[in-house]
Parts: sequence; C-alpha cells; structure tokens
Amino acid sequence: MQHSPDRRGPFVTGLLDLGPILVGVFPFGLIAGIAAVDAGLGSVQAYATSPIVFAGAAQLAMMDLIARDAAPVVIVATALVINARFVMYSAALAPAFRELGPIRKAYGAFVITDQSFAVSVVRFDRIDEPLADRFAYFMGASLGLWGTWQISSLTGVVLGAELPAEWSLDFAIPLVFMALLFPAIKDRGTTIAAITAAIAAVALVSLPLNLGLLVAAGIGLTAGAIWGRG
Amino acid sequence: MTTHSPTLIWLLLGVTAAGTWLFRLSFIALLGRISVIPDLAMRILKLIPAAVLAAILAPSLTHASGAFDLGSDRFIAGLIAAVVAWRTKNVLATIGVGMGLLWTLQALA
Repeated sequence: MQHSPDRRGPFVTGLLDLGPILVGVFPFGLIAGIAAVDAGLGSVQAYATSPIVFAGAAQLAMMDLIARDAAPVVIVATALVINARFVMYSAALAPAFRELGPIRKAYGAFVITDQSFAVSVVRFDRIDEPLADRFAYFMGASLGLWGTWQISSLTGVVLGAELPAEWSLDFAIPLVFMALLFPAIKDRGTTIAAITAAIAAVALVSLPLNLGLLVAAGIGLTAGAIWGRG
Repeated sequence: MTTHSPTLIWLLLGVTAAGTWLFRLSFIALLGRISVIPDLAMRILKLIPAAVLAAILAPSLTHASGAFDLGSDRFIAGLIAAVVAWRTKNVLATIGVGMGLLWTLQALA
C-alpha cells in the first residue's frame, strides 16, 4: 500500500496516522468555539475564525485577549508570535515539497499544523517515495485535522451560546494551554524559557494593554536562548 | 464580552490569518533562494511554544479573580491539573480533572 501508485494509498495512510491524535483535537476545537462566542463574537465571526486562522493555540489566545478588550496590535502580535513556529515547520518541510507547483504549495502550506507536520517529517525521513505520494500523505493528515477542527469548533460555537456561565467553562482555556505546554517542554532551553516566562508574566500582569504577556514571552525566550545550551 | 466592533474583529482575524499563512508558506515558497534558517533564529523558534504558552497560562491561575491569590479555586484546580498534564500529556484528562476539581471546589465553597 505504501508503494502503490494509487494516490488514495498515501492519502488514507496519512489520515489514519493522524486518527489517534484527532481524539485530543476534538475537545480543543470545542473549547475554541465556545471561547469565541464567550469573547462576544457573533456566530458567523466566531465560526469563521477556524477555517481562516486554523491555529488552535493562537485562536484561544486571541479570544482570551479580545474578551478583555486588549489593544488590537497586542491581539494580533500575540497570535503571530504563537504562530511563528510555523516558519520552522515550513523550513523542515520545504526540501520534501521543493518540486511542487505553486498552487499546491499555497494550499498545502495553509493546512500545516503541529500534528500533520510531526507525522509527515517522520514519514519523509523513513520512506523515500515520489513527490505525489509525499504530498498525498501530508494532505491526508492535514485535511483530517482540518475537518476535525472545523466540526469541533462549529459544535463549540453552537453550544457556546447555550452553556450557562456558572459552569466556568472559560477555565478550560488555561487547561488546554497546560496540555499543550508540557509536551513543548523538552529540554533545558525550553524548561528555562517556560519557567522564566511564567514568573515574568505574573510579575508584569499589570502592564497596560495586556503587554505583559508579550514582554514576558520575550524575557523567557532570551533566558532560554542564553542559558539553554548544552 | 468585548466592546471591539465587529469590523475591527474581522480586521484582526484577517491580518492574523494572512500573517499565519505567510509563516506557513515562508520556506516552502522561498526554498532555492534561502535554504537554511540561521542557528540563533532556529534556537529561538524552538523555544517559542514553551515560553508563550507559559506566559499566557501563569497569570490566569495566579490572578484568577484579578488580584494575586494562590488560594483561589482556579489556582488549586489548575495546579493539580498541571500535574496531570505533565504526567499524561493528555488534553482530555487535563480538562476532565481540572474542570471536575473546579466544580467540586466551587460546590464546597
């Protein structure tokens, strides 16, 4: 099946490889939809966030800041800092997609996620297959995630309007960030960056315009880059 | 609830979506002209998720009601959920334990 010329082979394999991950993505998408409604977005806007931004952690951070009426520049800057990691994924995938046409590059890049990136680089490293198969595998994984994200966040938007505030479901936002944070702490550098950023964010919480978050992240990055080697 | 206008929010979503797509496209589109990310830039990119997530997370637990408070229901529930997140790295388990604890603490109060 892996060496089949049939395009459906690698596409379905990609989709299936991502299957177990999708179980964890669903509640995350649900929370993202609920958070958008809670922040005060209309249902169309709340839903539209998912297909166009398509980046869970950034969407949640944006909704958190929008709900608190943070300055527009801070909202966009925070989301973009969170998403800067995609530059790294783009660089890692670029050699495998070098010969791809510009249109496929454009829409293929649009659906890169942490999860589809992770399964794809592992696969490309292990199996030497034709470009069409590589792209089909990547699209299978990516579209599986895209579809799950749309369905789960749409469900969240629909439910969000109905859920009572006494349920404190906004607390699910920091819980999701927690579940994303610990897998991101992998070595000395990321440990130092996380601890320093957390302490700085608490110390700087009263900075105007919710700037504390970005400044604290900057301090954490600097500390991690300086003391994280070796 | 935000007081930002729907037009402004569309603008925020649009700019973020465009910027995010350009990040994703960056090296895939440019390969051939630029082939490697400088070492320092790569090191910083690898640190971003840990630093940014920690910076977003910490104040939402320590300042749950607006003021610094390490005895709040959210701080206690969050601390225990953090242990679950650390040990299991599981989104469902983390949300389940965290929300369950918060509801229990709120019911006991």
